[in-house]
Amino acid sequence: MTYLALLAGAACIACASAPCAAAGMPPAPIRIGLPVPLTGPYGAEAQDQVRNATLAVREFNDSGGLDGRKAELLVRDDRLNPAEAATRALELIDKDHVHFIVGSLSAATQLAVNNVIRQRKVPYISISQSDAINEAADFSRYTFHESLNPHMTAQAVGRYVFRKGMRVAFLTADYAYGQEMTRGFTRVAREVGAQVVGEIRHPLGAVDYSPFLPRLMAMHPDVLVFNNFGRDNQISIKQAAEFGMKDDMKFVVPVLTYTSRVAAGARVYDGVVGGSGYYWGIESTTPSARVLNERYRRAYDGGLPSDYGSMAYSAVKSLLMAVKAAGSSDAEKVVDALANERYDTYKGMQFYRACDHQSVQSVLVIQSKAAPPGSRDLFTVLHVAPASTGALRSCAELGHKLPH
Amino acid sequence: MDGITPQLIGLQLFTGLALGAVYVLLAVGLSLIFGMLTVVNFAHGAFFMVGAYAGYALYRIVPNFWLCLVLVPVVVGLFGMLVERTLVRPLYGRGVDYPLLLTFGLAYVMIETVRIVFGKQGMPVDAPALLEGSANILVGKFPLYRLFVIGVTVALLIGLWLFIEKTSFGLIVRAGARDPQIVRILGIDVGRVWLIVFGLGTGVAGLAGFLAAPVQGISPEMGGSVLTVAFVVTVVGGMGSLVGAVVAGILIGIVESMAVLFVPEAAKVSMFVIMVLVLLVRPQGLFGRAGLMN
Repeated sequence: MTYLALLAGAACIACASAPCAAAGMPPAPIRIGLPVPLTGPYGAEAQDQVRNATLAVREFNDSGGLDGRKAELLVRDDRLNPAEAATRALELIDKDHVHFIVGSLSAATQLAVNNVIRQRKVPYISISQSDAINEAADFSRYTFHESLNPHMTAQAVGRYVFRKGMRVAFLTADYAYGQEMTRGFTRVAREVGAQVVGEIRHPLGAVDYSPFLPRLMAMHPDVLVFNNFGRDNQISIKQAAEFGMKDDMKFVVPVLTYTSRVAAGARVYDGVVGGSGYYWGIESTTPSARVLNERYRRAYDGGLPSDYGSMAYSAVKSLLMAVKAAGSSDAEKVVDALANERYDTYKGMQFYRACDHQSVQSVLVIQSKAAPPGSRDLFTVLHVAPASTGALRSCAELGHKLPH
Repeated sequence: MDGITPQLIGLQLFTGLALGAVYVLLAVGLSLIFGMLTVVNFAHGAFFMVGAYAGYALYRIVPNFWLCLVLVPVVVGLFGMLVERTLVRPLYGRGVDYPLLLTFGLAYVMIETVRIVFGKQGMPVDAPALLEGSANILVGKFPLYRLFVIGVTVALLIGLWLFIEKTSFGLIVRAGARDPQIVRILGIDVGRVWLIVFGLGTGVAGLAGFLAAPVQGISPEMGGSVLTVAFVVTVVGGMGSLVGAVVAGILIGIVESMAVLFVPEAAKVSMFVIMVLVLLVRPQGLFGRAGLMN
């Protein structure tokens, strides 16, 4: 090993943490880790998150990056497992030296990643729909939450559907997600003056809901809210429809995802109303949505971004906007920039609330409609609940004592 | 408890009956196989799942629900016979443990094969247009398809009863269950009887899976939870007793359904409570014969 090689090596090490155009080497990229559940039941959603995140990174790089510094996306598979997610996050930070992390779809994995980034002081934007990360116990200066949480969805859908005097019943999946949703909807019902006539809990992953349906029917509700997710949601709605329940009451779900609608088909979801973070159809009224859809179409063969996927686009794009505003990839500077940022990445103005870094954003209320096979025109947008801190649980309620 | 009307109880009872119908189909197959062959078929849930997937695959070739309804149990039964001839037959005479372990492992192989061929994700399945919607059955609206499943179960049970009680082959089956040695001494090829019984048992399991598919969709893991229920029903009814399988299946279906009304948290546990109670009083099951394992 010559003295020159040693010198070059030392220069490389020095360059790794600071731009060094003077040394004639390419500036160190801005590395963003993306742990998502590519393996498992949410693989399809996770794949779209990768596509959307890649799009955001490419946009940043094509427009020159940060004074020539490009961004780089490091995709990892957390297999929908909290322990694996934590391991991936540690690897990304310690071995791959990422500056930031964006991820991951499931509520449990996001908390695992959050615990890691809090210790390592790496800014993290979560793209998982859950209430937990907003609570004081899980919060840190470096924790940000881009997605909707169940409370916001329940507020938007509940306020649109419930009326004074309406009879409301719940079919709740007996775990955190279902219980959080039912709590959210019950709150709205009380505020609006609707009457909660009953709730039935079912075990997570149940395949036959027939034992629960007669009792729900006997409550004679005007609205039945299915507070469950994925296959549970598809099966329970299908079976309830088979009992003729759609004739007597309105079917409402907290979150109406594109993948569920496609998997179960038009007939099962016909007329069902639910919430969503994003639907490509808002491009007719929202300029930034049109821009995203156009870019996605061009990059991915005429495809369209999904509800879950577009969250990742927004998270990465808002992050890189903060990097530009801060003028560096330094964690502290970027966190300050994020906290003060107002951004319109794909569906209108958003900002992070001070006390819990929850992204305040609009929520769509959509209804499934019949569509010819192969068509992507699956939903009607009934209402857009505007971005408002009123849709969130109060800082005090979440356990925050002072704004951070 | 508020809101419990006779109508609600009636509807819940009917729901339990529909649940019980599938349990009966599964338990009948399991009981037949154990009664005749003394084989504890841990792959029974897997055959249930294979029936569902066979129906799905067959429907793509022959898009006629009624034809598939007839073909699926035949196809699964033939597969069952193949399994019996090649895998279970060599283990006869070696005690209960060997076939048990074999069927246990076979279940894993079947599930993984289905995962490889059809993917790990499940898929929804539609009922035929004729059976969609609900019918008004006095106590309320009830899905037409589930009424159909009850009907098919009753028809199958009648057919099975006629077969076992009224045909000479059925006579051999009954005799073989009672005393296989005597039957062999009488010159009857017991091996062929076992082959057909295994095929019959697995075929009925496959039919149950095919019928269950439009209700709950299909997934490679769908056989897991029903296997537990099938065993509980068979044990409560008495291993080897078809009457027991029917009575226990209906009983457990109804109890599970009524438990949801009154003690919802205990619903899934209710069948095990019944099993414990029955075993304490009558260890051989309601209609079983004592000393079957000897």
